[in-house]
Amino acid sequence: MLNPALKLNPTMFEEAAEMKATRDGFGTGLVYLGETNPAVVVLTADLNESTRTEEFSKKFPERFFECGVAEQNMAAMAAGLGVSKKIPFMSSYATFSPGKNWETIRTTIIYNHSNVKIAGHHSGIMTGPDGATHQATEDIAITRCWPDIEVIVPCDSHESKRATIMSATIDGPVYLRFSRDKSVVMTTEETPFDKKIQTFWVTENPQCTIFGTGHMLYYAMLAGKELESEGINVLVANVAFIKPLDSEGVLDLIEKTGCAVSVEDHQVMGGLGGAIAELLALKRPAPMEFVGLQNTFAESGSPKDIIEKYGMGKNAIKEAVKKVISRK
Amino acid sequence: MIVDNLDVDLTQEKLLDLQEKAVKARELVIETLLEAKSGHSAGPLGMADIFVALYFHILNHDPKDPHKPDRDRLILSNGHICPIRYVVMAMAGYFPIEELKTLRKLNSRLQGHPHRTALDGVETTSGPLGEGISQAIGYALAAKLDNKDHYIYCITSDGEHQEGNTWEAIMFAGKNKINNMTVIIDRNNIQIDGFTEDIMPLEPLREKYEAFGWHVLEVDGNNIRTFVDAVREAKAIFNKPTVIIAHTIPGKGVSFMENNYLWHGAPPDVGEVAGSPAKGDQAKTALADLRTLQGKIESEHQ
Repeated sequence: MLNPALKLNPTMFEEAAEMKATRDGFGTGLVYLGETNPAVVVLTADLNESTRTEEFSKKFPERFFECGVAEQNMAAMAAGLGVSKKIPFMSSYATFSPGKNWETIRTTIIYNHSNVKIAGHHSGIMTGPDGATHQATEDIAITRCWPDIEVIVPCDSHESKRATIMSATIDGPVYLRFSRDKSVVMTTEETPFDKKIQTFWVTENPQCTIFGTGHMLYYAMLAGKELESEGINVLVANVAFIKPLDSEGVLDLIEKTGCAVSVEDHQVMGGLGGAIAELLALKRPAPMEFVGLQNTFAESGSPKDIIEKYGMGKNAIKEAVKKVISRK
Repeated sequence: MIVDNLDVDLTQEKLLDLQEKAVKARELVIETLLEAKSGHSAGPLGMADIFVALYFHILNHDPKDPHKPDRDRLILSNGHICPIRYVVMAMAGYFPIEELKTLRKLNSRLQGHPHRTALDGVETTSGPLGEGISQAIGYALAAKLDNKDHYIYCITSDGEHQEGNTWEAIMFAGKNKINNMTVIIDRNNIQIDGFTEDIMPLEPLREKYEAFGWHVLEVDGNNIRTFVDAVREAKAIFNKPTVIIAHTIPGKGVSFMENNYLWHGAPPDVGEVAGSPAKGDQAKTALADLRTLQGKIESEHQ
């Protein structure tokens, strides 16, 4: 059942469940920050509307910088602003930023310890019809390997807003990952949000923990619910902070269930699954299965169809759970 | 405490003092690189006059208070010429001259390429090319947002104008008329693999900047007086960003290094270099050359 302590959206499994894109929560969060924190400035690289910086740009034009199609310049300018006691949010598609401008960010923002928040949009296959050129499926891997950065992947639009607002209070670089398409709103205004892992789906005597991040958490929830009706009890945990990873939270859950499945809209290498596997190998080895893109690029199509074709959906997660339990 | 002297005329006496400091800085560059056994020679020697002019005449700064809020910001884009910045910072009193010997060694504040959080006063982390003008614009935008009138200087190499990022920044600054920042290009015509115009031509550099909406000044970058005049003129330009193309002689002051691209990335006495003294004699010859002003005077140190 839904963890009652977390005050989750009780209608999330219904057909009419509220759907909203995580990028929308980012836009709302930015406007809130604009109103409450004069140090916040926003930069975009010709993606003002689609990365949801537009409302901020209209309300606070003097604190908004349109960089044109120039992601390297945007990153290094943000670095200069961040060192000058501003809190810059730089917003583009993740394939370009932190993709194309990765080294610029590494040198001028990360190593330079500039207080920049990097918003990577159109992450994962939720970019759908645009095709794999615009589906960022390696961005968690290429950001979490940096020292001195926090990496947040919100699971829905509420969490996006809160992650955006929280990131302004973190001293140093933060990567925020957002998706294009609408996804089910799982949390409510009352749901707690901090750096801890939250167990969204709870059962008695669980045999496996599914760790999900971003919108894919919803598919994990669907799998958890259906598995219960088939007599397999699992826990489904939301990992919003890929870095710093709530190690204690992961190990607690593994102590309870003895195995894990990771679920993410990302390559299975170097992302959420990688982060958990690194921790388990070090502290408490346990069988693990990885759901995500299996060493391949996806393609154009509706997100729903891509998820099915590439084995990332509810059924694939259920299979992974059964397999990992059999390996215990 | 050093204050902004730019509005005070450069007297003949002050100019001679700056010129002597530039010679001293070059000697320290050679000695520092000799100790480090790696690093770049030509660029730091070519830029000695400009760094001395900045730290001892132009910049509003205070070595004893490197974070003072109203200081002018000097952003070094081509981080590889940091030996000259370190040397001149030491001469200005940011840290003991003795510490120059730690360059590129373990536990040193003097990283091989400058790192902001390692050494107070270096302002940015740099080395990978093409990122400095963008960062300088960030500093300039923040100063404008805060209504501060400190000034931003950005030193770049000519070679890094082959980086696309550089032109992204030039385009942004032109459009937004960033006028509280001056870019200084070390136009020394060499890069690691050869002469810039052979590797990937940059000319016509002036016309390119003008086409992007900049005000362009060209000076002899090894002439302190003309450089100071250009900086003063740059600050007076209101409607455009300004670039000073400073024509410098790479390796300036050391005869066998001057205009020789083989000395771009090489330190003295580490290997044989065509047309130069043998390994083991390079630093000695270079220092003798500097101390006698290339044979024009007798050195008191000889």
